[in-house]
Formats: sequence, C-alpha cells, structure tokens
Amino acid sequence: MSLDAFLKLSETVTLGRHTFTAEEIKRFAAKYDPQPFHLDEEAARQSIFGGLCASGWQSCAMWMRYNLQSIRQSLEDWDGPGSRPEFGPPTGFSNLKWLKPVYAGDTITFTRTNLSLEPIASRPGWRLLSSKAEAFNDKGERVLEFEGRVPVKAE
Amino acid sequence: MTARKLAFEELQEGRVFHLPETRVTAEEIAAFSSQFDPEPSHPDEEAEPGNALSAAGSGWHAGALFMRMFCEAILLDSTSQGSPGITEMRWNAPVRAGDTLSGHITVLSRRILKSRPGLGLVIFRHVVKNQRGETVMECDNPVFFGLRHPRDDA
Repeated sequence: MSLDAFLKLSETVTLGRHTFTAEEIKRFAAKYDPQPFHLDEEAARQSIFGGLCASGWQSCAMWMRYNLQSIRQSLEDWDGPGSRPEFGPPTGFSNLKWLKPVYAGDTITFTRTNLSLEPIASRPGWRLLSSKAEAFNDKGERVLEFEGRVPVKAE
Repeated sequence: MTARKLAFEELQEGRVFHLPETRVTAEEIAAFSSQFDPEPSHPDEEAEPGNALSAAGSGWHAGALFMRMFCEAILLDSTSQGSPGITEMRWNAPVRAGDTLSGHITVLSRRILKSRPGLGLVIFRHVVKNQRGETVMECDNPVFFGLRHPRDDA
C-alpha cells in the first residue's frame, strides 16, 4: 500500500454513523455546555433552535471518535513499503461551521476527505495533512464542516 | 427577561472577560476518552511515543473544557442564541492531567443582523492558558446574542 493509497487524497470516506439520544445530549451538556437549549426540552422549544439539540463540541468530538477509529483501522491494514505512518497531535482547524442543529434522535453520518499533504519546514520528516471533515443528518443536510490539520510522519 | 442578563448592548468591542480557573484531573481526561476515544491504544502507540493518535483527544477536550469556562464567564447569564462556528482554531500545547486552565475572552467586533434586527453577532477571541502561562488554545468564535432593546430601524 502506498502512502497515497493509505491517505486516499481527494476521496471522501464515510467514518461512521451515530444516533444522538436526548440522554447523551443532556449528559454532555451538563458537563461541558450547560446552555438551556442543550439541557431542557421545553427551554429548547422556546429557543432559536426549536428543539433539544447537541452542543456543537459534542458533534465535533463524535466526529473525532469515528475518525480515530477509521485511522486505527487503516493503520492495521498498513503493509508498507516503509514503516507505518505516525500521527502527531492535531494543530488546529479552520472554518468550522455548525450549519444546522443536531437534534435529539438525529442519526449523523461522519465523513472525511483528505485534501493535501504539505512538508512542514520546521519539522524534517513530517508533513501536514489537511482534511475536510463533514457530518450529515438523515435528511442529507450538512450539519457540520471544518478543515482539520494534523502532522503525519511518513516516508 | 431579567435585567441582569448580559445582552448584545453590553458586549462592546474591546471588552475583556476572564475565564474561571479549571483544574484538569486524570479522571476527567479518562472520562472524556472513554466517550470519544474508547478503543484501546494501538499496540505500536505505546511503544512509539511519537505516534500520538490518542493526543487527538486533547484538542477537542480542551475545546469542551473551554466551553464550560465560556458558559460560566458569559453565556449562562446572557441572551446567547448559540454560535454558527469557529473561524480559526490553534491548538498550541496539549492539556495534561494536573493542569489548571484559565484565560480570557476579548470582543473583537459586533454587528446587528440585517435579517433579524432583534439579534446581533458578536465575534470573540478566546485564549486559554495553562498554569505555566503557555497558550493551550486560541480561537475566533462568532456568537449570536439577543438585543436588550430590539430596534426595527437598526
């Protein structure tokens, strides 16, 4: 497997699907984002969102969960040439958009499209992988997108 | 609507808010990981410290912890109507067990929405630091706030 085949540049990969229950939305919100529209159905109905919806940070963290799963699976399948690519901690992201609320009961499909792999001048041997992250609800509406950046060491 | 709530009118450009101190425990990190990185580490990861897949959780965890601090500093006693996103996020240093996070929020700019005169968009810059004064993360983040006195001619 070449590095290009491993990274599948320009190809959109489905990472997984997740149904957000009211219970887990409230549990996350109670801990990290206790705004009324993430915690309480009645308050949410009266808010701009019109119904209980997940914290944007929860939908992002869930994207990460399925992304890590997918990367680990691909690393299992790595058969060279060269040693298995290494991933460093992500350095950030751009243009994160919470486009639509993720409502309780919504099943969200998470995808990733690797866009480019550029040398990092300050870190010989490492390159910066830029990826487009997206998430869609059952109606096919895009609910989340951002462009993430993660350093990768590969031969 | 109570008069104490922070509304669009009070979020003037240049205004700075302090984020409350938050201690990050090993239990807290384990709880976040169990939800969002539940798979055991790849066998090679522990053998190769450079392979920091698990560190991916650190940035998003920092984001979630920051959100709690933002809620306490501003949002919970405000007319906040949610956020459309984050224009730019930089994760400069990992969050580790034993860290104490703090930081500040600055209002960069604001405007009343033409399409919804009762609602304004406030652009914040958030900076989160650890106990050594290192910046852990910084981001620019627009948030919608209701106006205290909506104007039809705005």
